[in-house]
Amino acid sequence: MNINVWLYIAVMAAVTYIIRMVPFTVFRRKIKSRFVNDMLYYIPYAVLSAMTIPAVFFSTGDLITAAVGTVAAVVLAYFGLPLIVVALSASAAAYLTGLLIPLTS
Amino acid sequence: MKSKHFLKGLIHGIPIFLGYLSVSFGFGIMAVRSGLSAFEAVGMSLFNLTSAGQAAGVGIIAAGGSITEMILAQLTINIRYSLMSLSLSRKLDKSFTTPHRLAAAYGMTDEIFALASGQPGTVTPWYMYGMILISTIGWCLGTFLGAAAGSILPAEVSDALGIVLYGMFIAIVIPPSKKERGILAAVLIAAAMSTAIYFLLPFISGGFSVMICGVSVAAVCALLFPRSESTDGEDGGAA
Repeated sequence: MNINVWLYIAVMAAVTYIIRMVPFTVFRRKIKSRFVNDMLYYIPYAVLSAMTIPAVFFSTGDLITAAVGTVAAVVLAYFGLPLIVVALSASAAAYLTGLLIPLTS
Repeated sequence: MKSKHFLKGLIHGIPIFLGYLSVSFGFGIMAVRSGLSAFEAVGMSLFNLTSAGQAAGVGIIAAGGSITEMILAQLTINIRYSLMSLSLSRKLDKSFTTPHRLAAAYGMTDEIFALASGQPGTVTPWYMYGMILISTIGWCLGTFLGAAAGSILPAEVSDALGIVLYGMFIAIVIPPSKKERGILAAVLIAAAMSTAIYFLLPFISGGFSVMICGVSVAAVCALLFPRSESTDGEDGGAA
């Protein structure tokens, strides 16, 4: 066992936990500012979108399979299908596209 | 009540479990290739529960980087969690006492945050614990499988699994975007901004970019699309 690696892991874990814990534990009062409340309301959507685009297009190692998977996810999500169905269908679409690509080239 | 909420959290966490299993599988492979043992890789997953932060961490360890560099990298990549913690802390049930907050803060990941903030009403500690438990099992199990047996899945399958978590994100943001123009604007502007940063300002790391986009776009939308008093407060999130 490499003690040095565990030291790094411990430091990483401590920093990451403090980042998560402080805002979660300290802010107990309801926030009065309407602007801040509205901003906090929009943050999850902005964050999720920024995390997804453009990263999703590089997520399968192939732009075409990823694009097909993304379109599948957007369409199914638009029709309100459950999360797990959308997520796995995106993956299945990417997989099937990957199988088809060698046939067309 | 506790067991009912716990079970609900476990069930809601199943997509996260599956997504984490595939993503951490890749992390496990990467960690072992970078010189970590399977045990160290799983330990890192268990104590950190963060994809981008761990990927950067493994890179720093492999490159012999300093502890200071490690701290700065984790701060930059993971600071987005503080926004999520702040946002989700508004949705916590009254039963969320300080010890529960200290415990549940461990599990503040992008995906757990996304699911929890999409819940109607408030979230309870045991709901969070159920979701965190199943997610953590998936994250650590996937890391172990990737580290121990990197070749059990054909490449085509593991490649295709790389999109699972993003598919889940898409499924979370699209339905409320149909209902609220403000959310639609947040989603579209954030996507455009993140893409612009990725291509035009490539020196900005992914974690930092997400933070910049999240704060600035949410501020713009709060100004352009203020929410009416009647819907303000407890409901937060419409997924």
